[in-house]
Amino acid sequence: MSETKKYPAPVTNPETAAFWDAAKQGKFMIKRCTACGEAHYFPRSICPFCYSDKTVWEEASGEGTIYTWSLMRKSPTGPYAIGYVTLKEGPSVQTNFVDCDLEKLKIGQKVKVVFKPTDGAPLPFFTPA
Amino acid sequence: MTIKGKAYIAGIYEHPTRHAPDKSTAQLHAEVAKGAIEDAGISKDDVDGYFCAGDAPGGAWPMVDYLGLNTKKLRHVDSTETGGCSYIIHLGHAAEAIAAGKCSIALITLAGKPRTGVMPPRAAGAEVDFESAYGATTHNAYGMCAMRHMHDYGTTSEQLAWIKVAASHHAQYNPHAMLKDVVTVEDVLNSPMISDPLHRMDCCVVSDGGGALIVTTPEIARSLKKPLVKLIGHGEAMKGPRGGKDLDLTYSAGIWSGPRAFAEAGITPKDIKYASIYDSFTITVLMQLEDLGFCKKGEGGKFVADGNLISGVGKLPFNTDGGGLCSNHPVNRGGMTKIIEAVRQLRGEAHPKVQVKNCDLAIAHGTGGLLGVRHAASTAILERV
Repeated sequence: MSETKKYPAPVTNPETAAFWDAAKQGKFMIKRCTACGEAHYFPRSICPFCYSDKTVWEEASGEGTIYTWSLMRKSPTGPYAIGYVTLKEGPSVQTNFVDCDLEKLKIGQKVKVVFKPTDGAPLPFFTPA
Repeated sequence: MTIKGKAYIAGIYEHPTRHAPDKSTAQLHAEVAKGAIEDAGISKDDVDGYFCAGDAPGGAWPMVDYLGLNTKKLRHVDSTETGGCSYIIHLGHAAEAIAAGKCSIALITLAGKPRTGVMPPRAAGAEVDFESAYGATTHNAYGMCAMRHMHDYGTTSEQLAWIKVAASHHAQYNPHAMLKDVVTVEDVLNSPMISDPLHRMDCCVVSDGGGALIVTTPEIARSLKKPLVKLIGHGEAMKGPRGGKDLDLTYSAGIWSGPRAFAEAGITPKDIKYASIYDSFTITVLMQLEDLGFCKKGEGGKFVADGNLISGVGKLPFNTDGGGLCSNHPVNRGGMTKIIEAVRQLRGEAHPKVQVKNCDLAIAHGTGGLLGVRHAASTAILERV
């Protein structure tokens, strides 16, 4: 189902273009602040924690665990599971879970990033590791 | 500086409609404005402050013009938009403006028709490319909160169901309520799963309608005929994933707005006789009761069980009009009706079957946005004089 579902292409902007350029190469990027050391998501140019502008792009492992999830039983494009993944690097990210039995998701389950195509840059999703 | 006792709610009006395909949205705003003005016993030409949110067609200046407000007198406007709790924030802002002498009679309106047609989309935030494709809706965003709350604290679907059961016990006495049938815990658990772990009966209704308030000075309120209800504490707050650090969806911004309001009022949750708590979903109520301090974090399930929220039965009567779960949820925004039912309780105008005896202190609390993503919260504490 997630194979056939059509996802909107990211609009992108100067602040986030590097994320989407990397996504085209299959890389999942986060931002890290070199002043306070904290990683964050989605990416900002100014660190949301210490307000330093010394933020740099970092390729994330793409691995994490399910923080929470909910299976939307009906929608115009069929059921889908939304949730948050807490990345190995720290930040939690909103996502959909794909390519798996959506009724068997569990909080704490290990997952990994997988990209799905759009008419523009691909979008990151997560699937059981 | 405080707004404690500086502003009174002198007029309330809840539109009786739940489905209004034959009316315009602006018309509904005018009808609720007229209703609140007449309830207060003032003239529309006395209004010198106007408050509206994102549901008002075109925003403040088209509405001020359409409503025919007295522009020679109108000297304060506020179109703060924080979703469903906008009107609780407006109440606090009206009190601030009144305390500062910026206006003396404020009108707050809410109206719209989501049951008749699709609502216009909200403007996108900076997160749009990183979230919009994932389909966060109210159902699944609150489902994500409930799922994690159950995981962390052992909260059960049965406990959540008790919130709907209590609302239904109250709604049976509200002739305007969309859902008047008393339901059981089993009914809720047997209703279809919408977005795990929330069942259909964990969700509020979708309704057209609206409501309005008149907020004024103590002096003007005393010159009018209605029982006196004053605002003694107010709080507002916001919460979001904030870069994804230490994500915790088991609490809301009410954890900050509540204590601010209680501190200003100089009372504690134990003093509250009646609580209007935004009930977009059963989990919304449970989390907010914890956040406001009616019970400890994680103990909301035990607190709401066994009818504890039913008027005349439990310790904390809540949403005695049936709330969003049973009565109405005008414009998908529950803040306005929360204030209105709290004022009815303090005036002694609630239905006799659900009227709380000696109701002198009430709370009206709501959130706006999505608890599972990012949201605002606002808390108002009201006292009968």
